[in-house]
Amino acid sequence: MADRQLMTGNEAMAEAAIRAGCRTYFGYPITPQNEILEYMAAHLPRAGGTFLQAESEVAAINMCYGAAAAGVRTMTSSSSPGVSLKMEGISYLAGADLPCVILNVARGGPGLGNIAPAQGDYFQATKGGGHGDYRLIVLAPSTAQEAADLAGLAFDLSDQYRVPALILADGMLGQMMEPVALPPHRDPATLPPKPWALTGAKGRDPNYIASFALEPTVLRDLNVRRHARYREIEAREVRWEEVATADAEVLLVAYGTMGRIAKTVVRRGRERGIRVGLLRPITLWPFPYSPIRKLAERVRAVLTVELSAGQMWEDVRLAVEGRCATPFYGEMGGVVPTPSEILTEVMRHV
Amino acid sequence: MSSTDTMTKVFARPRSLTEKPFTYCPGCDHGLLTRILAGAIDKLGIQERTVIIAPVGCAVFAYEWFRCDGIQASHGRAAAVATGLKRANPDLIVISYQGDGDLAAIGTAETIHAANRGEAITVIFVNNQIYGMTGGQMAPTTLAGQRATSCPEGRDVRTMGHPLPVAEMIATLAAPAYVTRQSLHDPKHVAQATKAVEKALRYQVEGKGYSLVEVLSTCPTGWRMPPAVAHKHVADVVTGAFPLGDLVDRG
Ligand SMILES: Cc1ncc(C[n+]2csc(CCOP(=O)(O)OP(=O)(O)O)c2C)c(N)n1
Ligand code: SF4
Ligand SMILES: [Mg+2]
Repeated sequence: MADRQLMTGNEAMAEAAIRAGCRTYFGYPITPQNEILEYMAAHLPRAGGTFLQAESEVAAINMCYGAAAAGVRTMTSSSSPGVSLKMEGISYLAGADLPCVILNVARGGPGLGNIAPAQGDYFQATKGGGHGDYRLIVLAPSTAQEAADLAGLAFDLSDQYRVPALILADGMLGQMMEPVALPPHRDPATLPPKPWALTGAKGRDPNYIASFALEPTVLRDLNVRRHARYREIEAREVRWEEVATADAEVLLVAYGTMGRIAKTVVRRGRERGIRVGLLRPITLWPFPYSPIRKLAERVRAVLTVELSAGQMWEDVRLAVEGRCATPFYGEMGGVVPTPSEILTEVMRHV
Repeated sequence: MSSTDTMTKVFARPRSLTEKPFTYCPGCDHGLLTRILAGAIDKLGIQERTVIIAPVGCAVFAYEWFRCDGIQASHGRAAAVATGLKRANPDLIVISYQGDGDLAAIGTAETIHAANRGEAITVIFVNNQIYGMTGGQMAPTTLAGQRATSCPEGRDVRTMGHPLPVAEMIATLAAPAYVTRQSLHDPKHVAQATKAVEKALRYQVEGKGYSLVEVLSTCPTGWRMPPAVAHKHVADVVTGAFPLGDLVDRG
C-alpha cells in the first residue's frame, strides 16, 4: 500500500525525488522553496545521498551537471530569480544530453518581484530561457499529490530521453498542505544503466561529455538527432486533464494553481447550469495542442486563465488557430483571481 | 655517433594521451603542461579512474585529449562540475584544468568555495596573464602595466585592479591540502612543476583533499613574443609579481 502523509507540495516533491532514486541535490536558499532545500538537507543523507548547499544557483546547476555526468540522479530547486541564474547551466545540460530535474517554485516577477504565486516564468520554462535550440520537459502539478507523482515522472522521462526536466510550480502549491500517497522507494541500483556516464574508462573507451562541436555540420547533426528525440517526446508524452468538456460551450485552459482554481469555477458554473469545461495541461512542453484543437472545433470560446499577462495563451492560440474565440483572463504580480471573478468572465462568452 | 641499440627513450607520448592533436599554438606552455598532467596520470596509474574537466579557454578540447573520461564545463564553472562529479562518485579522480580568466574572473566564486569546502579534487591553474582564446584581452592576472587588447595602454591598477594572487588567496583557507605556484620557464622549473602536479594528484588518491597547482605559463601569441623570449619574460618579470613555491602543504 502506498504510504500516506500530510505534506506541503514542496515536501512532496522532495520526498518523491528521494523515493525516485535521486541521490544528489544541490541548491541555494530562496523563498518560496526553502522547504525543499531543508527537506533534502535532513533526509537525503539518510537515504545515502549527498546534499550540498551551493554558493549560488549558478554553482548548484553546474554541480548537477557534474553529478548527472557521473550517472547519478540529481536535482536542484529554486524560485524564479534563481532559475534565471541557472539558465546557462540548463542550456549546457541540454546540449550535453544530460538528465537532471529542476524545480521552479515560481514567484512574482520580473526582477526581485515578490514571493506570491505567479506564472510569469512560462516563456522561460517552455520556450528556451537559456541559449540555443533546446527543449525542456516541463511538468505543471496542481496538487501536492500531483507534485509528488510528477517529481517521480520527471526523473524517469529525463533519464529515458536524456533531456532535462523542469517542474513549474508556484508558492501556493509549494506551501499548501495536503494528504499525499507516496510512491515506494526505488533502489538506484535497479534503475536502467547509463553506459554513457563518466565512471572511469576501465575496460572501455573513454566517455566524453560536452555540448561543444566547432564544426558546423557536426553540431547541426547533433542538434538534428536531439530534435528527433524531441519529436518522439511530443508524440508520446503529452499529458493533460479534462473536466466536463463533453458538452462544454466555454472551455477554460489553465495549469498549475490556476488549473486547480479553474476546477472550482467549472463546479460552480455547472451548479448554475453554465456549460463550462476545463482542459488542464499537465505537460507544458510537450504542449497539448491537439486535444485543445479538437475541443476548439465544438466550443464557442477557449478562455485561457493564467497568473501572467498571457504567456501560455500564445500556445493556446496556436492550438486553436482561429477555430473559435480565444479570450484571456489573467492577473499578475502575485494577485490570484477568485473563482467568482473567473466565472463572471466565463459568462461573457456563453 | 649514437646507434639505436644504445639509445634510451627519454621522451615518449604519455599513455593517457589520445592521438588527437593539440590545438594550442606552437611553443605555448599549455601543451607542455597538458603533457605533464598526462605523465602524472600515467605515473600514478589512475587513468581508468580519472575524469578530466576542460574549461572554456585554449584548453577547451582537453576533455578528449586524454584516454580518460572527460567533460567540458561552462566558462568558470569547472570547480562546481568537479564538486558534482566527486560528490556523486567519490571513487573518481577529478581534475579540473583551467585558465586565469576561467578560474579567477568568471569562476572566482566556484573556485574559492570548492577550495573552502576542501573538495577532494585537483585544480590545475594555468596563469598566462591573458585571455588566450578570445584574442589576448586583459585577465585578472595581467601584470601592472602589461598591454593587452582590452588595455592597449597597459593595465592601470588604479582603474583595472591589481594582478589577482590566486594561490595566496586560496592558501588563506583552512581546508586545502596543497597549494603551490610553479613555472615552466626552464628545465629545472619544468621538473619541479611536474613533481607538484604528481603530488597534487597523489594527495587526491590518498584522500587528503583539495589541491591547487598554479602554473605560470606563456602565451606567445597573445603576448606577441617568440617562445624563448616569453620564457625569459617569465623568469625576469612574471616570477617577480607571482612568487614561486609551495604555500600550503598539509600532506
Ligand atoms: C559565459 C561566457 N563568457 C565568455 C566566453 C568567452 N570566452 C571564451 S574563452 C574566454 C577567456 C579564456 O581565457 P583563460 O581562461 O585565461 O584561458 P586561456 O585561453 O588563456 O587558456 C572567454 C572570455 C564564454 N565562452 N562564455
Ligand atoms: S592563444 Fe596563447 S594560450 Fe592560447 S594556445 Fe595560443 S599561445 Fe597558448
Ligand atoms: Mg589565460
